Amino acid sequence: MSLELKRGEILGFLGPNGAGKTTTMQMLTGNLAPSLGAISICGIDLLDEPTAAKARIGYLPETPPLYRDLNVREYIDLAARLHRVPKSGRAAAIDDALVRCGLAEVTKKLIGTLSKGYQQRVGIAQAIVHRPDVVILDEPTIGLDPNQIREIRNLIRELGRDRSVILSTHILPEVETVCDRVQILHHGATVFNDTIAALTQFQGGHMILLGFRRPPAADEIAAVPGVTRVEPAGDNQFRVSFADAADATDEVVRRAVEKSWGLYQLTPAQTSLEDVFAHLTRKEEQ
Amino acid sequence: MIFTIAGKELKALFASPLAWVVLTFVQVVLAFGFLKRLDDFMQIQPQLVQMPSPPGITELVASPVFATLAIILLFAVPLLAMRLIAEERRNQTMVLLLSAPLSLTEIVLGKFAGLVAFLWLIVGLTTLMPLSLLLGGHLDFGLLASLVIGLALLAACFSAVALYASCLTAQPFVAAMIAFGLLLGMLLAGETAADGLRGRGWTVPAELAQVLSPLKNFESFAKGMLDSYSVVCMLLLLAVFLILTIRRLDAVRLRG
Repeated sequence: MSLELKRGEILGFLGPNGAGKTTTMQMLTGNLAPSLGAISICGIDLLDEPTAAKARIGYLPETPPLYRDLNVREYIDLAARLHRVPKSGRAAAIDDALVRCGLAEVTKKLIGTLSKGYQQRVGIAQAIVHRPDVVILDEPTIGLDPNQIREIRNLIRELGRDRSVILSTHILPEVETVCDRVQILHHGATVFNDTIAALTQFQGGHMILLGFRRPPAADEIAAVPGVTRVEPAGDNQFRVSFADAADATDEVVRRAVEKSWGLYQLTPAQTSLEDVFAHLTRKEEQ
Repeated sequence: MIFTIAGKELKALFASPLAWVVLTFVQVVLAFGFLKRLDDFMQIQPQLVQMPSPPGITELVASPVFATLAIILLFAVPLLAMRLIAEERRNQTMVLLLSAPLSLTEIVLGKFAGLVAFLWLIVGLTTLMPLSLLLGGHLDFGLLASLVIGLALLAACFSAVALYASCLTAQPFVAAMIAFGLLLGMLLAGETAADGLRGRGWTVPAELAQVLSPLKNFESFAKGMLDSYSVVCMLLLLAVFLILTIRRLDAVRLRG
């Protein structure tokens, strides 16, 4: 597999359990040494100059590496020291990370006494305190409440403005809302690597979902010019695909009114990431 | 950077009850032994005065205290060191150190320095006991210095061995048992090998076997003799185990 990330890009890194996501991230952060291949971070070879390369990475592993005996500020201070944040700017960097992750009110609390959501935030603060060029987050929103999830997503988007972010997650809508590009991994190999926009085109163009009170036969809809495929979707609904260029929605609606099919629903059914994901990672089993 | 890690380890030690229990236990046991020895010394003092060159108070009171501490360290160091790497691996906090721009050497030396600093604190506190005798007597500062240096080196040797044991497993208690087994085994092997070889007249292999036993090396310090061979033996042992630890952690990184 190969993985490339541009500055200011947020990459969604997906794959079923055991696909090799975590292993890849452990290699990128120097926790595992690859037996073959090369890794370079901002042009610095990770294997040749591990310290220089690691200084540019912030990593939040699946289990946040927290010392339960330390309080939040002590811990972030330790993380900053370990990442060689110079003494002059250290206090400011720590404060900034704490505020950004919404930890300003719990700085004096012991990490062991915090709730899971707060612990997760401490883990994220630890990954960004040294202002790394590349932030690698392994399932950052796990165990958070919906409000916190929204805050963390905003934070990731903010980070993505001037840095690169690799985000691994199983929550697909998260990838759709936050990421610029998606890479799907299956059995250690890349099976999809493109932008979110390209995703919608992935399975044969646009799709709409139609619902009728008095449904016609599927053939009648298929007869509309530009329609390539009609699948019944249950409950008098049809999923209708169009050829890339043509958009036959107008024509379908016109016919529905003419023949009084009782159109009550018309929604753009873009190929969701979920479909692509299932399609790509289940292929072999079918 | 080594000091940052050492400071973190010291903080972690003092955050756990274990460090305080060990400190208290050591002080109570040693203070008891010290007072007992002092009492004995006071009683035999009239007879000592009649001897042509009588042993001093340092030899009769301070020396046994340090010998006791050496034995206590044999048990205490595995317990204090067991968390250093094993627990970090069990709690998956090692990632923080491995992802930070640090070399494995810095990580290992930092952890080693943290533990040694704590042990030297124990040695320092223990030294206060004989020093208190200055209130009413004279001390043999040469012997005292040799005892302190010897014990400091011994503590460092034990730490290196226990640190290596801690990187072999992710279970702190297993690490403590391995460390204890290694230390005891090295003590016995060093002792028996040295004696057995010397008995057959093989002096050179006997001297080499001495490297294995830090406690055997400590004996010359306890006699007030700063034997450079003993110092080299201990430093060699310490370096070997630190290098083994670094190599072992590197292998873990490759193997996963």
